[in-house]
Amino acid sequence: MLRRLSTTLYQRPRLVLALLLGPPMLYMLVVYLGSLAALLVNSFYRLDGFTGQIVRQFTLATYADLLKPANLDIIARTTGMAAAVTAADALIAFPLAYFMAKFASPRLKTVLYLGVMLPLWSSYLVRVYAWKLILAKEGILSWFINLLHLNAPLDWLLGLPGIGGSSLALSPIGVFIVFCYIWLPYMILPIQTALERVPRSFEEASSDLGARPSETFRRVTLPLALPGVVAGSIFTFSLTLGDFIVPLSLGNSKFFIGQAVYSHQGTSGNVPLAAAFTMGPVVIMVIYLLVARKLGAFDAL
Amino acid sequence: MSDHSAVIFERVSRHFGEVKAVDEVDLEIKGGEFFSLLGPSGSGKTTCLRLIAGFDRPTFGRILLYRQDVSTLPPYERDVNTVFQDYALFPHMTVGENIAYGLMVRKAPKEQRQRRVDEMLDLVQLSGMAGRKPSQLSGGQRQRVALARALINNPKVLLLDEPLGALDLKLRQQMQVELKAIQKRVGITFVFVTHDQEEALTMSDRIAVFNKGKIEQVGSPAEIYEHPATAFVAGFVGVSNLVGGDLAKRMTGSESRFSIRPEKIHLQKPDEDTVPGQIVADGIVRDVIYLGLYTRYLVELTGGGDLVVVEQNLETTSMDVLAARGQRVRVAWAKEHMRQIGG
Amino acid sequence: MRSKASLGLKLAALGTLLFLHIPLLIIFLYAFTTDEATYTFPLPGVTTRWFGETLGRTDLWAALTLSLKVATVATLAALILGTLAAAAVYRSRFFGRDAVSFLLVLPIALPGIVTGIALRSAIGSLDIPFSFWTIVIGHATFCVVTVYNNVLARFRRTSGSLIEASMDLGANAFQTFRHVVLPNIATALLAGGMLAFALSFDEVIVTTFTAGQQTTLPIWIFSQLTRPRDRPVTNVVALFVIAITVIPIFLAQRLTAESSDTGGG
Repeated sequence: MLRRLSTTLYQRPRLVLALLLGPPMLYMLVVYLGSLAALLVNSFYRLDGFTGQIVRQFTLATYADLLKPANLDIIARTTGMAAAVTAADALIAFPLAYFMAKFASPRLKTVLYLGVMLPLWSSYLVRVYAWKLILAKEGILSWFINLLHLNAPLDWLLGLPGIGGSSLALSPIGVFIVFCYIWLPYMILPIQTALERVPRSFEEASSDLGARPSETFRRVTLPLALPGVVAGSIFTFSLTLGDFIVPLSLGNSKFFIGQAVYSHQGTSGNVPLAAAFTMGPVVIMVIYLLVARKLGAFDAL
Repeated sequence: MSDHSAVIFERVSRHFGEVKAVDEVDLEIKGGEFFSLLGPSGSGKTTCLRLIAGFDRPTFGRILLYRQDVSTLPPYERDVNTVFQDYALFPHMTVGENIAYGLMVRKAPKEQRQRRVDEMLDLVQLSGMAGRKPSQLSGGQRQRVALARALINNPKVLLLDEPLGALDLKLRQQMQVELKAIQKRVGITFVFVTHDQEEALTMSDRIAVFNKGKIEQVGSPAEIYEHPATAFVAGFVGVSNLVGGDLAKRMTGSESRFSIRPEKIHLQKPDEDTVPGQIVADGIVRDVIYLGLYTRYLVELTGGGDLVVVEQNLETTSMDVLAARGQRVRVAWAKEHMRQIGG
Repeated sequence: MRSKASLGLKLAALGTLLFLHIPLLIIFLYAFTTDEATYTFPLPGVTTRWFGETLGRTDLWAALTLSLKVATVATLAALILGTLAAAAVYRSRFFGRDAVSFLLVLPIALPGIVTGIALRSAIGSLDIPFSFWTIVIGHATFCVVTVYNNVLARFRRTSGSLIEASMDLGANAFQTFRHVVLPNIATALLAGGMLAFALSFDEVIVTTFTAGQQTTLPIWIFSQLTRPRDRPVTNVVALFVIAITVIPIFLAQRLTAESSDTGGG
């Protein structure tokens, strides 16, 4: 029985392909792309302000809403945060990635690799929660700053307009720190991969040709590591753009895109506006991915 | 078409998009013979093997195994087994389980499996190795396991895809002898794919020389070597001097191309008498490569053109042969060693 | 010869590593605090009584059960769909192979909120009531890719002639799958499945859009993040969640590392 079925299948390779590919593609096309289509469609509906019902009729009114200064402000704030987090993570990630790729023995490299993977995979929520403990007014960071008598600089920092706040836990600075922490592993691993692909002989050739170590680093190593940085930044940028857990848990009352989406679909039931809001990150990420592909970042993923 | 035909190709083609990997091939392999498919990589020989095994199906044409059309049958419905180039031993099974696999999937009784596995291990001289994992074996041992595994089902035809390619020279020569002996013992038709002309010449009853998806010549090793049908065969099988055009005209009086094997040419002193009926030409030794058993000379002929000449070092030393460099010489060979080449 | 790293580089690398791990240690620390109302450091005292209290919380047990159920079903779906897709992409070259990979990666490449609100839009547009299954369907979309990647990588590492050898020796497609393919991809399935499980068990962003009024464990923690009511219990739950997500990751890592040494054969 099975043997005959197997022979039938052997004689029809296209049928086998259809049987294999059918279920996963059907699922992804119907559920995922279907939902994305529904998202797009919803962004062209609008919420009737009086009845609280969604009016299922084509309109650009929701996008007009999106362009209100308050909403543009949210988009600008989120994009700025994503850019700042990306830049900071690239700086923090580089030394460890460089060390892993160029200096660590195979044994040490495995240990370090696990050391980066474990925080990456251990619960995202719990890691945010850890920072709530750390940044709390009575928490460990305040205690440490007190110990070092650094209260004055901290107060000055928190007093800055735009990024300051009543405490670290309730300020954009706190949100920034936590974002940097949460997405850091996503930056380390691609940079390390990219650096590992730079053959040692390149650097040796450079120093052989008379370049000082700093010059070699700047002119050879750094340009060759760039695809890794860009690949890492896809994650840090995209993840920051869409996150609402961190700003909701820490931060102040100034919204990020994620929060806006979350609260519009939740409390006010304004799914159209929430949908329109996410079109922002989608467009930004598509452009970002296109640019990144040009820079050869996909090879380092 | 004789009753003894093990494999028959009837105008078989296999196209991959625009590429014609196998192009209208007709072929007949007799039962019980050791048959080699010889050719450079990409010549279509491996594709032909895969078509016989059933891993691939012809775009056009028919393949017959003992007069049964198998063109669309899956591999497990064909009475053919394969020794793979990378051996393809199942890494999660022991040597014994690997060898017994063919009987296991046919649901043969346990005792029979055990007995046959022991026989096979005996045949390939690996008795007592049944419990090992393939990763614990050397390259030569893996190759023997692959052979035993392929022979356990008593196939009508055994296909071997460059099975010796991964072995070092010494082991390779030893396995050549052993494979030939095993074939004699089991009496199965062997179809052997190789790009190594020496290997093909040593082992085969007959050889098919492949080039660009087509068969250039089929024949016994002696026929292929001594009577190459085409310029390609002459060049690919052994080293051959191909002479044509003006040079040929000066030597033989005719412009038609011929080939002459390097070992058939003698080096003489320029003033030495010529034997009647021999072809002679004068030249200068441009290069000498001492190869131990024999020496290879490159002779630049006075009227233009080069010839490769090989002489055995019966009484000469390396000092003697190397001193020949730059010397004027006369080359000579008997007419009967020349082969007219078409195309 | 490997050249030596400068002291500055070593310190910077060490600093980054500490930055990554100290917060996890702090979670461990706070699970034992006697402080009920704040996050005071240094801890005013040490106790293990919160562990017992946490065990007695029925709302937590309900959330945990729901999370485990969702993760199990989503993982099963991912195992089936991911393996099928990997097999299709591996065995045949067809038009749009890259598109398949791209489509499967998309749910984790785009911000989770896009997937979340997209599913929410679809659920809303079709008037589907929120249920266990709406959560599972959402999770499966981004779990498929972990299985797909693992299994495809394993297929590419194992010699293609193994399958041909099996068929050649008389095994039909189903026997070949059972005796040759399955044993060779087993550890990849296990690793991919564990990653998928961990991903689903920890997921909160998509879940907030597809769960309606249901509470998974991450949603319970999220509610504590925004409005802390049960701080000591949350501390213990946090420790527990770290353990339950880290262990499968660790094992998956071991499985893929080991088989890459012996794979191929």
